Amino acid sequence: MTAKNGQRGAIDIALGDVAKLEEVVDREALTQVCRSFFELFSLSVRIFSSSGVLLADVHEEQSVCRYVNSLAGGRDACRSVVAGVRNAPPSMEIVTHPCFTGAVYRIVPITYQGRGVGRIVLGPYLPADTREVPAALLAVDPELDQNEARDRLAQMPRVRTETSDRIIEHLRGILDLLLFSSHRAHLTSEMHVASVRESFRELAEKNDRLTAAYDRLKELDRLKSNFLATVSHELRTPLTSIIGYSEMLESGMVGELNEEQKEFVHTIFEKGDQLLALITTLLDLSKMDQSAIRLDRVPVDATLLLGDVQANIAPTAKKRDIQVETQVEADLPHLDGDLVRLRQVLFNLADNALKFTANGGRVTLSVKRDWIEDETSGMGAVLMGGESTPAVRFDVQDSGIGMEERELARIFDAFYQVDGSSTREHGGAGLGLNIAKRITEAHGGRIRVTSQVGVGTTFSVLLPIVAS
Amino acid sequence: MQLDFNARELTIKLVYYGPALSGKTTNLQAVHTLVDSQASGRLMTLETRDDRTLFFDLLPLSFQAGGLTIRIKLFTVPGQVIHNATRRLVLQGADGVAFIADSQIAETAANREAFLNMQENLRENGLDPDQVPLVIQFNKRDMPNVRSDAELDRMAERGKEPVFKAVALRGVGVLETLLGLLEHTFAHLERLHSLEAKFGLNQAVFMNEVRQRLEPGRAS
Repeated sequence: MTAKNGQRGAIDIALGDVAKLEEVVDREALTQVCRSFFELFSLSVRIFSSSGVLLADVHEEQSVCRYVNSLAGGRDACRSVVAGVRNAPPSMEIVTHPCFTGAVYRIVPITYQGRGVGRIVLGPYLPADTREVPAALLAVDPELDQNEARDRLAQMPRVRTETSDRIIEHLRGILDLLLFSSHRAHLTSEMHVASVRESFRELAEKNDRLTAAYDRLKELDRLKSNFLATVSHELRTPLTSIIGYSEMLESGMVGELNEEQKEFVHTIFEKGDQLLALITTLLDLSKMDQSAIRLDRVPVDATLLLGDVQANIAPTAKKRDIQVETQVEADLPHLDGDLVRLRQVLFNLADNALKFTANGGRVTLSVKRDWIEDETSGMGAVLMGGESTPAVRFDVQDSGIGMEERELARIFDAFYQVDGSSTREHGGAGLGLNIAKRITEAHGGRIRVTSQVGVGTTFSVLLPIVAS
Repeated sequence: MQLDFNARELTIKLVYYGPALSGKTTNLQAVHTLVDSQASGRLMTLETRDDRTLFFDLLPLSFQAGGLTIRIKLFTVPGQVIHNATRRLVLQGADGVAFIADSQIAETAANREAFLNMQENLRENGLDPDQVPLVIQFNKRDMPNVRSDAELDRMAERGKEPVFKAVALRGVGVLETLLGLLEHTFAHLERLHSLEAKFGLNQAVFMNEVRQRLEPGRAS
């Protein structure tokens, strides 16, 4: 059940444990604490982690140690004591480890959150009650000078056991605090990283799900377009027959009809024609969905085009007492565009303008020179933006009901109706503006709308003038 | 749970979960004050802002039982909704959960939401919410506009988990909740890992030791 190496980081956080003392504490701080103890009590202090790594070492070689180490027998004996101290088995109790010189080391376990994480080694020092030079020291090497050994041993710091206990208690307390603060800082930084990683993972997963959903929607949209194309085509075939035959009936090709029959047949013809127009629009849209719009470009006279549109809407306008006004700037250059498509766009806008203008209102059609501004915005726009392009601008302005600001952003979406209710006043499939936008953009142009509720709406189509 | 055979050491992780401001940290503070200081380490609070937990609080408890060193780690999660990633991290490897609910009727929806969030986060961590040992504490019993005891008892009967009532600020019900959770958790760990067969540590010994440490005055 112990942690596997690869997962250790995660498990440290999960249990909030100190895995290795050396990974948590700041060695510099630890050494400073040991140095202050050394300066106060002249006692050497070393700190080891439970894996045996020396983390802090503040000591001064004792005179007697230096002397003993200069002799072969002394060197061996000293090495064996030091090894004994370093390799003492883990214990939860304080252990006093003797040296052949009569000095002692105190080995103090460092426990943290109920677990041994390292040890403090205090000493060597001479217990205060030592009176005799131990025989073990005198016998350590035949060449040892007993007087010198005695003199040098006398220079070793003497500490009473109670004092050493108090020092240990104090040192432990400080280390515990140091360890606690270091552990907290360590956990905090680990948690910072882990939380960020976890949030990132969460977001990445969400993004994946969103991308999948988006892809699926795109696929559905493609299927819908295919479906529309097929259905429109299939609808058109029988409809053409209906229109053709009703037209023949009405023209009297197969015998004269009375007035009432004529009227009925005419209604069939007219409604069939309306239906055909609607289906054609749908077909147009799905074609545009499937591929880029193909334009048959020819030189287009903007003034003639506008006149054409005006003539087209004039009968309806007259019937509804709507005044249609045109304003044309002189000497407009020719446009390079698809005449049929551009007429479709402008007619659509003009037709809309009529639809949403009350009887007795006014619709203004105008055309003039303008510019298509580059739309790069934000930081560095002055550097990033391109140049403006000269353009011809058509405006279709009505005095109709107008639209709310929030509607404006969506009116160019396919199938969008400002009045989406089933009982809405004005007919149409909600495709006209979407198609107008696509055609305009296929010309490299822009379509804009401004509107004020109760005052009216203005659609502007800007088409670039291509230098000949 | 972490079991170190060499060191004869058992570590149990318990998580205090619940909606924001329900008193999770207060529970840990109360436990820290109430238990035997020999058994409890320092209460560690990791990052707070305006006195609200950002990461977690951690209170380590440790004692000997049946020849094992038992280490119990009590964690709280941050209750605020935005810290969900942190909550999920803290919940990793939980052996038991104390859900700290706010007794105030106005907090009913917050309790429910936090509980659902806990279940989801347990699942995300590969833990089965129906299996993880759980106790529920209704905290802040001293507040006005709380559900009555009778009402709580009636509702508690419908659930499977032990329900405790508490006023954590005054230390009331805090140890009962912890003891209940430990008892529940140990039974669950015993079923999973046969601690008695492996270490001779049975529930009675464990709980007796826990009681001595947690409520020195009331040990059997």
